[in-house]
Amino acid sequence: MRPPGRPPALQSVVLGLLGLFGVLGLLGCGASDPPTTEAGTAGEERISGTVTVFAAASLTDVFTVLGDRFEAEHQDVTVVFNFAASSTLAQQITQGAPVDVFASASAATMQTVVDAGLIVAEPEVFVQNTLQIVVPAGNPGAVTGLEDFTNPDLIIALCSAEVPCGAAAVRVFEAGGLTPQPDTLEQDVRAVLTKVELGEVDAALVYRTDVLAAGEAVEGIDFSQSSEAVNDYPIALLAGSPNPGAAAALVEFTASPAGLDVLAAAGFQIPEG
Amino acid sequence: MNAPVSVRQSRSQPDGATGVPAILLIPASIAVAFLVLPLAALLVRAPWSTLGSLLSTPEVRDALRLSVVSASLATLISLVVGVPLAWVLARSQIRGRGVLRALVTVPLVLPPVVGGVALLLALGRRGVLGEPLYSATGVSFPFTTTAVVLAQTFVAMPFLIISVEGSLRAADRRYEDAAATLGAGRAMTFRRVTLPLIAPGVAAGAVLCWARALGEFGATITFAGNFPGTTRTMTLQVYLALETDPDAAIALSLVLLAVSILTLGLLRDRWLMRT
Repeated sequence: MRPPGRPPALQSVVLGLLGLFGVLGLLGCGASDPPTTEAGTAGEERISGTVTVFAAASLTDVFTVLGDRFEAEHQDVTVVFNFAASSTLAQQITQGAPVDVFASASAATMQTVVDAGLIVAEPEVFVQNTLQIVVPAGNPGAVTGLEDFTNPDLIIALCSAEVPCGAAAVRVFEAGGLTPQPDTLEQDVRAVLTKVELGEVDAALVYRTDVLAAGEAVEGIDFSQSSEAVNDYPIALLAGSPNPGAAAALVEFTASPAGLDVLAAAGFQIPEG
Repeated sequence: MNAPVSVRQSRSQPDGATGVPAILLIPASIAVAFLVLPLAALLVRAPWSTLGSLLSTPEVRDALRLSVVSASLATLISLVVGVPLAWVLARSQIRGRGVLRALVTVPLVLPPVVGGVALLLALGRRGVLGEPLYSATGVSFPFTTTAVVLAQTFVAMPFLIISVEGSLRAADRRYEDAAATLGAGRAMTFRRVTLPLIAPGVAAGAVLCWARALGEFGATITFAGNFPGTTRTMTLQVYLALETDPDAAIALSLVLLAVSILTLGLLRDRWLMRT
């Protein structure tokens, strides 16, 4: 088996490393169904395979619904979501994550992916969102407005300034000339919302849509400065998309009347034009 | 009778200088590469020239101080209540000891973030114990440094318990019997005979517990939140820095890697030299 007199260790280590990379390579390739795009008889392309969507945490519920509707229309397509803070997703994409579609909660975050040269065309803003004060049901901290966020006795949760909802929060506090006294800076908007739903914090700033999604566990309170931070949500196709045909169809679907209905019902504002 | 056996043993010895059959050497090499390559990558990519300035920012110093203080407190709590529990598990005759041991070692295998959720539901402001405590005293744990210590203790104490229990089982009970015959009470025997006997095991358990507490992330971010100076430990700082300043994240990771290697050094008599 082995040439006599030759030390086996180095040879085997090299073999082992080759084996390791081989296994990793196979795993990488096997992770998603190979997409097929055939020309249909009606001139319409038949799409199939998996579409991987990286979407802002605030889109969790609404995109899950959109994905189900899209799958119902396209039986051969499976939509897979990765929901997290937009900045986390942007970081993962620039590090080479295999993604078809990216929907960000802020233009600035989308820009980091554009700057990395990973986007096919100019990203389109498909919805807008504004912040709202959210308190646990019954409002135990008797919160009435943004001014209460300066009260050190209240337990306050905000998004970390690196993520879009945190950046928007910074803008509204600046507009109001207020210095908030947060007790925790969470990594995405849904982590903030969960702390409110559990009743662990007295007040927090999340998107209007999150307040709607949380239902009766929380109460939303409007504040005038919210118009100072309107978050645009851009959506874009990735240049390295493993399944560009189905990805384009999904992006089109979000802008279709059926898609816009779902988005509007969740409380998102639809930009004019 | 012994001679033929030893001959057969030596014949079945694998050839080559390493004494390892190729069928084991290949998967073993894969395992080594898999475990060592990522750590090597950390060293290769480290921003050595700016390391000093990256690690001397106020946020990093706050996070480091918080991590060291909270992990040390968690270890102290674990020692005070964990060593007696280890004794109960190893020496007492109480019923249901096996079940008890299984229960207290669950955090060892539980995903830490689940531990964080569990702590929130038990000790949060609306928690099973937290709610009566909050309405009686106005004290609530989440988003405080106390919560960081609690999360770390929850995750790390089982390591100490297991280590100390093992030492107690391995210790020679005749010394304790002798102490008892000489008229020492049970408390006296524990303090003057048992504890010195198992001191190396307690020390190793404490080091392991401290290292695990220092590395705690999931339970901390879930139960204690994330705020600089109060609850943002080194691991949370690494996680945050990865999004904004990857170089800083690597620099912080190096510090934690160095601590881990130091921990292994302290444990080497128990683990690495075991044959």
